[in-house]
Amino acid sequence: MYVSLGPAKVGFTFPGISYLNHSFSNLFKMKLLVCISQTPDTTAKVSFKSDGKEFDAAGVQFIMNPYDEWYALVRACELRETLGGSVTALNVGPATNETTIRKSLAIGADDAVRINADPQSAGFVAKQIAEYARIQNFDIIFLGKETIDYNGSEVGAMVAEYLDLPYISYASKLELNGNTATLERDIEGGVEVLEVDLPFVVSAAKGMAEQRIPNMRGIMTARTKPLVEVAPVAYEESAKTVQFTLPPAKAGVKLVDPADMDELVRLLHEEAKVI
Amino acid sequence: MVLVFAESPRGTLKKAAFEAVTYGKKTADLLGTTCVALTLGTVKNAGELGVYGASRVLNISDGTFDHFDSQAVAAAVATVAQKEGATVVVLSHSSTGKSVAGRLSVRLNAGLVSGVNSLPTVQGAALRVKKSVFSGKAVGEYEIDSAVKVLSLMGNAVKPVAGGAAVSVENVTATPTGRIRVKEVKTQEGTVPLPEAEIVVSAGRGMKDPANWGIVEDLANTLGATTACSRPVADSHWRPHHEHVGQTGIAIRPNLYIAIGISGAIQHLAGVNNSKVIVVINKDPEAPFFKAADYGVVGDLFDIVPRLNESLKKFKAAH
Ligand SMILES: Cc1cc2nc3c(=O)[nH]c(=O)nc-3n(C[C@H](O)[C@H](O)[C@H](O)COP(=O)(O)OP(=O)(O)OC[C@H]3O[C@@H](n4cnc5c(N)ncnc54)[C@H](O)[C@@H]3O)c2cc1C
Ligand SMILES: Nc1ncnc2c1ncn2[C@@H]1O[C@H](COP(=O)(O)O)[C@@H](O)[C@H]1O
Repeated sequence: MYVSLGPAKVGFTFPGISYLNHSFSNLFKMKLLVCISQTPDTTAKVSFKSDGKEFDAAGVQFIMNPYDEWYALVRACELRETLGGSVTALNVGPATNETTIRKSLAIGADDAVRINADPQSAGFVAKQIAEYARIQNFDIIFLGKETIDYNGSEVGAMVAEYLDLPYISYASKLELNGNTATLERDIEGGVEVLEVDLPFVVSAAKGMAEQRIPNMRGIMTARTKPLVEVAPVAYEESAKTVQFTLPPAKAGVKLVDPADMDELVRLLHEEAKVI
Repeated sequence: MVLVFAESPRGTLKKAAFEAVTYGKKTADLLGTTCVALTLGTVKNAGELGVYGASRVLNISDGTFDHFDSQAVAAAVATVAQKEGATVVVLSHSSTGKSVAGRLSVRLNAGLVSGVNSLPTVQGAALRVKKSVFSGKAVGEYEIDSAVKVLSLMGNAVKPVAGGAAVSVENVTATPTGRIRVKEVKTQEGTVPLPEAEIVVSAGRGMKDPANWGIVEDLANTLGATTACSRPVADSHWRPHHEHVGQTGIAIRPNLYIAIGISGAIQHLAGVNNSKVIVVINKDPEAPFFKAADYGVVGDLFDIVPRLNESLKKFKAAH
């Protein structure tokens, strides 16, 4: 996709690579990046290794993080289908993640990149994504609104800051008109409608697209699409996990006589003290 | 110094800001330092942050900040944090805070823990904090040892404490750097947004038909509660999409969550099981939700909900 040099972008350069370079090398060809993560299945039983520092993956089924799959990836594929260009799926993870990465190719990504490292923290992952994206000059970098395991909602903002790009979080709608995107973003009790020029970083929430089930053809072609492995860059951690614990079990439900709602009100007031 | 970025949606500081300042003040006390609050744009009641523990309140009055842009906000907060020598930066884990926290951590080269839900403990030069992970199925404890630390605070995790007095607002400056053009902000006026609500009345497919929602709304009105719903209810457009709670919807942690005709699927629980007290009304005694509930009523919701509402009205009239 052609990216014009609007006044807002004058002087905007990535270290070593000028913005001009970005604009003209990608003439009419939109480059989209979708960051996909792998998470335990929604219904997985959560337990930790005996030192309490690490998730116990034994017997756990892993899936592509739903926001990345259903909304970010599908919307990127839709844009490519109507406007041309390419969709690259990127995962920071070990070789065992390749089943998940192949699924993103089956759903519609053109190629995939795996940065070969354990995704130790949001900071680590964001650094890896940013360093890869910095040399590739993507027009839009898509993420999911959060991972369903560590629930950080951190990576997108970090990537955007590393690359000095605008960031729209929790977007439930994304339309593109030339170089300008119109987005809707979920905020407390409502939505915000905004406009931004390419390039930018966006995290996807419910509403941006409809889930796609990969079809047979997708699954077949996924096998032959390129999946490149990239080495990670160094990163210094400044936050570490002390331990994970399981919350104390609920005391058990107190059943209230359906004929006596005064009693429920009394319990909520006197015992639970919530009204 | 602990710097709190106090967000002011549409020009007014709200509960999230008071919670963040209360948390910042308590953290400052633990560290033997002061708590300073920063507000951006046109803010009606900035000085009020003194009441919740800010010894100084700073404001960048540039109207450009009235429209949110994470790039501009992060740059402004980072500039002030560096100028004032903040060692901890606190913000709300809201739609605003979530877009800013990660940017700040990169800018300030600071360790970040987002969505913390209790006060930190001090470990020498490091801080330990806790947050809920795996959609409420576990608690993670983290230690941050960078010189500057960024924490975003989960809504409803601390109660705002009004112990101090209002202070006068000091003006500071920073150049806005945003590139987003906000066209419109659509909000439901008059109701407390779900993430901030202290009481939530939620209903599911057991309601049978959207036309039946009157009894749910009546109950919510009596309680001053915000209404929510399960995913199939939002998916079939019985209720607006912003009411959808759960793993794919909004995660909430009210003091009281009343679930009406909701089975309690694990993906639903993921968004609500951090609620302090859960009441379940369901005709099926085997509904999984009862396992996650504090109080349960087994019976027909069409019979129970109106009678619960009457009992509550009686209670409200007497108290
Ligand atoms: C990946 C994934 C993500 C998901 N995310 C979410 C999410 O974010 N939020 C969410 O809610 N769901 C989510 N779901 C769906 C979830 O699995 C359930 O299907 C859904 O929560 C069920 O909604 P429900 O309880 O309203 O309906 P049902 O499961 O149909 O339950 C209706 C309940 O109403 C009761 N009932 C019926 N009539 C009456 C009556 N007259 N009086 C009293 N009780 C009555 C029934 O006993 C039953 O328990 C997700 C699913 C998947 C696979
Ligand atoms: N290991 C990873 N590899 C690629 N993308 C990731 C990874 N972890 C997180 N992301 C992306 O960042 C988003 C937000 O993650 P988080 O900040 O961890 O909640 C996810 O929805 C993904 O799009």
